[in-house]
Amino acid sequence: MKPFTYSRATSVADAAKAAASTQGARFIAGGTNLLDLMKLQIETPTHLIDVNHLGLDRIEPTPEGGLRIGALVRNTDLAADKVVRRDYGVLSRALLAGASGQLRNKATTAGNLLQRTRCPYFYDTNMPCNKRKPGSGCGAIGGISRSLAILGVSDACIAQHPSDMAVAMRLLDAQVDTVGADGVARAIPIADFHMLPGDTPHVETALKSGEIITSVTLPKPIGGTHVYRKVRDRASYAFALVSVAAVFGKDGGSRFAFGGIGAKPWRTPAADAAASSGAKAVAEAALSGARTTHHNDFKKTLVERTLASLYRQKEARS
Amino acid sequence: MPSDHLTRRSLLQGSAAIAAAAPALAPAGAAAARQTAKEGTGMIPVELTVNGREVHLQLDPRTTLLDALREHLHLTGTKKGCDQGQCGACTVIVEGRRINSCLTLAVMHDGEKVTTIEGLGTPDKLHPMQRAFITHDGYQCGYCTPGQICSAVAVLEEIAAGIPSHVTPDLDKVSLSDSELRERMSGNICRCAAYPNIIAAMNDVAGETKA
Repeated sequence: MKPFTYSRATSVADAAKAAASTQGARFIAGGTNLLDLMKLQIETPTHLIDVNHLGLDRIEPTPEGGLRIGALVRNTDLAADKVVRRDYGVLSRALLAGASGQLRNKATTAGNLLQRTRCPYFYDTNMPCNKRKPGSGCGAIGGISRSLAILGVSDACIAQHPSDMAVAMRLLDAQVDTVGADGVARAIPIADFHMLPGDTPHVETALKSGEIITSVTLPKPIGGTHVYRKVRDRASYAFALVSVAAVFGKDGGSRFAFGGIGAKPWRTPAADAAASSGAKAVAEAALSGARTTHHNDFKKTLVERTLASLYRQKEARS
Repeated sequence: MPSDHLTRRSLLQGSAAIAAAAPALAPAGAAAARQTAKEGTGMIPVELTVNGREVHLQLDPRTTLLDALREHLHLTGTKKGCDQGQCGACTVIVEGRRINSCLTLAVMHDGEKVTTIEGLGTPDKLHPMQRAFITHDGYQCGYCTPGQICSAVAVLEEIAAGIPSHVTPDLDKVSLSDSELRERMSGNICRCAAYPNIIAAMNDVAGETKA
């Protein structure tokens, strides 16, 4: 790791101000992704602001009947929370499908949203990568791209978003609550939080310099049957090739979000609208505009089959 | 040839004992000194309670908890495998929870309690999980074993606490099964593939706990 200085933040406002005014500063919470990247010198912060002691570790009901999840709530605690299990089952399931027990004990809600791609060319500092080094090119395009994204990609980047949790958050229409360096709070809909790569794949979120996530808020529960299906190379502890989060509503209204295939957690109104027409129609709608390579073209078929499996699971339950 | 009475283990134990004495001479006021660290003065004082014993260290902020345990406290039971959170050999229990000690900085744990394999049991007084690993032959080369055992102890506590897993059929009904143990232990890799025997050892301890 490159040398860095370290401080513990004592308030959200001070943390945001310090991050914006210190060149090369980064927040550290769980650290499970950041430290990994720092060891490889993909991330080289000159200063770490430890935000673990800001008291953002509570899960509370909102006046609107939803749930406010503190930015520092650990993945284990969020998945095990009684209200989340009961009312937002798809979120528990997505969290439990990700990482290992040790990592979930450390990884935080906000950190999970901010985790960086697992594209092998992003990780290999000998290869060009527009995300790691803007303007250097993309090693993945024309390279080995089996695990990479097929939706929302650009000529500059085909990296996939790695999170399971964020897929469920997208499905549930979560909002990301932040405080900026100027002390002003704002709420960012999860749909607008992650950015598509376009010409600037190094810009991954809507966060501004110094802006810190304080919580993630879920709207009131939507009921229905919650499912999360993750398809991966190992039965446990692997990133998704394809994952599907779904809530099947009693009135026929259903919604779907997808992981492993998008440059960001993927959801389209057309896929939700096709719910009553079955798995094939939902897959077609979701995959509209897909751009595949010969390595990852299989993901289109896998999306349809994963959806079909979920429909069968839902029918078996009802 | 090494002499008969000098084994690798006795050497390691000797160095651990020396190390135990050294870091104990520590300054008070870690909190005050952290403020100066903010200015970039380099070393940062860190106080930990490791296996019930308070230790005081001066660390480069880059020092992972794993390196603090192994290189500064000479508790070499905790192993460095991949050093990137993929193998689980570095698993220790911090404030009652298992974590990968390679993916966290020691300075982030100032004031916290850490339990390593050395703190679970000793050769004279084995932890039930250590005994069960021996009984069921839950290892071959042994390199991953300290991490496996720390993880296994924590897994049984997680199940007892009702924390669900990926394979829990009903999120509200958490119970013990082989598939639960396998899923929950997936963050600990064993290159010798002692997995079935590790599961047998865990079942053994879980049975004892229940009885």
